[in-house]
Amino acid sequence: MQVNEGFKPTIVAFCCNWCSYAGADLAGTNRLQYPADVKIIRVPCSCRVNPLFILRAFQRGADGVILCGCHPGDCHYTTGNYYARRRMTLLFSMLDYLGIERERTRVEWVSAAEGVKFAATMNDFVSTVTALGENKRLEDLRCKAN
Amino acid sequence: MQRIGVFVCWCGSNIAATVDVEAVAEALSHEPGVVFSANYQYMCSEAGQNLIKDAIRDHQLTGVVICSCSPRMHEQTFRKTAAAAGLNPYMVEIANIREQCSWIHKDKAAGTEKAIILGRAAVAKVHLNAPLVAGESPVTKRALVIGGGIAGIQTALDIADAGFEVDIVEKEPTIGGKMTQLDKTFPTLDCAACILTPKMVDCAQDERIHIYAYSEVEKVEGFVGNFTVTIKKKARFVDETKCTGCGLCTEKCPQKKVPNLFNLGLDTRRAIYIPFAQAVPKVATIDADYCNMLKNGKCGVCAKVCTAGAIDYKQTDQHIEEKYGAIVVATGYNPIKLDSFEEYAYAQSPDVVTSLEFERLTNAAGPTGGTLLRPSDGKHPHTIVFVQCVGSRDTSGCGKPYCSKICCMYTAKHAMLTRDKYPDTEVYVFYIDVRTPGKNFDEFYRRAVEEYGVHYIKGMVGKVAPQADGTLMVQASDLISNEQLHISADMVVLAAAIEPDKSARPLATMLTASMDTNDFFTEAHPKLRPVESPTAGIFLSGACQGPKDIPETVAQAGAAASKVIGLLSKNKLTGNPCVARSDEMLCNGCSSCEKVCPYGAISYEDKEFRMPNRTVAIRRVAKVNPAVCQGCGACTVACPSGAMDLLGFSNRQIMAEVDAICK
Repeated sequence: MQVNEGFKPTIVAFCCNWCSYAGADLAGTNRLQYPADVKIIRVPCSCRVNPLFILRAFQRGADGVILCGCHPGDCHYTTGNYYARRRMTLLFSMLDYLGIERERTRVEWVSAAEGVKFAATMNDFVSTVTALGENKRLEDLRCKAN
Repeated sequence: MQRIGVFVCWCGSNIAATVDVEAVAEALSHEPGVVFSANYQYMCSEAGQNLIKDAIRDHQLTGVVICSCSPRMHEQTFRKTAAAAGLNPYMVEIANIREQCSWIHKDKAAGTEKAIILGRAAVAKVHLNAPLVAGESPVTKRALVIGGGIAGIQTALDIADAGFEVDIVEKEPTIGGKMTQLDKTFPTLDCAACILTPKMVDCAQDERIHIYAYSEVEKVEGFVGNFTVTIKKKARFVDETKCTGCGLCTEKCPQKKVPNLFNLGLDTRRAIYIPFAQAVPKVATIDADYCNMLKNGKCGVCAKVCTAGAIDYKQTDQHIEEKYGAIVVATGYNPIKLDSFEEYAYAQSPDVVTSLEFERLTNAAGPTGGTLLRPSDGKHPHTIVFVQCVGSRDTSGCGKPYCSKICCMYTAKHAMLTRDKYPDTEVYVFYIDVRTPGKNFDEFYRRAVEEYGVHYIKGMVGKVAPQADGTLMVQASDLISNEQLHISADMVVLAAAIEPDKSARPLATMLTASMDTNDFFTEAHPKLRPVESPTAGIFLSGACQGPKDIPETVAQAGAAASKVIGLLSKNKLTGNPCVARSDEMLCNGCSSCEKVCPYGAISYEDKEFRMPNRTVAIRRVAKVNPAVCQGCGACTVACPSGAMDLLGFSNRQIMAEVDAICK
């Protein structure tokens, strides 16, 4: 695998408000470093993330998208992360079919107490996506124009 | 077009040190719709909030973006600020440039660039924000306390004292919890029973408190102010309303070989039992695992001797449904199992005991009547070794990584009391560190060393080997003199780490309250909201939130009670306006949303639509009950026609954020 030095990927992280967003906050409070390429979007629950949001991100030029939610069984809304898990399984197999590398998408469970895990996950994901390089497969040039 | 104001906070140097706040404010001022942009040292301060209010009025702002700390910290603050200036509070969005930017990036250029992008995403979202008005829901003025130890008892008493009804659910046959098993309490050496049992009696006598003893929470539904809880009242085969607690049955029962769990199995009891003399409620319980009548249908002695006619062998579990406005978790702790610590010979020798067992061995109501005797041969021990941190501060995976907090103090208490009662007994304490923060705690520990001559040795015990002559050979290292020690002891007492009760994990799932990796309940904010769970209406009391001694537990119980009283004092609760809404023009009534809704918030109604050819069509469309919807958004993704959307986190808003980030 070639290493793309100097390449700065664009990474969108969807984080549920109750666990993973709080886990990201905890990583910050503990000053755990991870690359600035990760930008977090707060959603109430991982089940709020429509697969279309992820396709939209790839269309607009994201190089990687990660979805973080509460651990199975711990969802604030009881079952939301189970829906998310099923939907993402389907979406990821479709992305695979489209030729988007499987490593560009990921689902991770990060609790509000797992600041260390959040930072480690992001470090790992950023290095994986950086190694894959730019994602142009789904990029919609009409989107870029406006 | 919105008129948006951007406010970039320095947070002193927390943000300003790694993010060029002026550059962020400047860059965002060029975003479409932004008519005002400023930066200030502390946006949450009064001066900072006044800056926001003035800008809203002076520039007729319709939307506000604050680039500051996490919205989990100050979203409410800034929403109130906006409301005070006449702006709908839901027209405020926060860009988290502290926890998720300045604190985690040392490179100022990268941090600044990221902060600008996060701000841009927030601006893009605010463009699509709409004023939202929160609905109201009524409050059931009754609280549930889960767990009847000192934490639960104190919480219930304080809530009842304010005039509200409280139910206590306790899984054991009596309330009282761990504190009933203790002999004395540090640092004052009060008798535990003397200070606890009056509170237990207060609970029983207060007509606002109802105790469900020998019961468990089975199901929790609803939300803050409106919980519906199913309580399983386990069959005790004794009619609580008839039993007088005389105890005759517990003397006559022929099944004598039942391990007495109240004394941690150090002695036996009968199959029908009252855990201890001051039990509340003082009602006998039949242990179905040992009762001959329940197992083989042969016996019936207790029914024959009971003059009150309270024995009921056909009793079954009852399921009771109750409504509550608030729930307090007070499930407490347990010492860990010591099976994986073979080096201490806990399983091999009856003379190696845990501290809680030692507590029973010194208790006047315990198996030895308060005389300290070795469990193996009933002889008086002349040398006792206490081992601290057994499974605490243990990162090897056998134990727990955290400090159990109470062990240093109770070990000092045990050592002191042993020396006080039996001056001929030598007492050794092996420790990693002695931790005694607390009022009069260090003074207490020093008395144990200086007045009572307890030998404190810094070092860990490597092995406890039972000898042929009945003694225990303790091999340890003294880290200060750097010597290997061999002590021939009569008893070894292990300060086992404490862990949350096993019932806590399934309960957390039922309550959708979050837990940390050690299964302690997480508080809403570690410093500022220590007794609230992140889930509204769920409060925490005692050791279920972290290891705690009795004074701290009582303080937290009172704090949890005051939060509950504050909640129950309200007649109406303002809900979360970020709920799902269905566009009836797009909805085709397919029921996809209803199937995924965890709250049953979606119903259907037949609605008339005027068609272009002047006919009227009736169509089935989804309708969301905003009082029941919790705003998770599961339905928005399930909807195949895009009719369902979530206010405050709409499809277009999230897409706008995605676009801004990927630009």
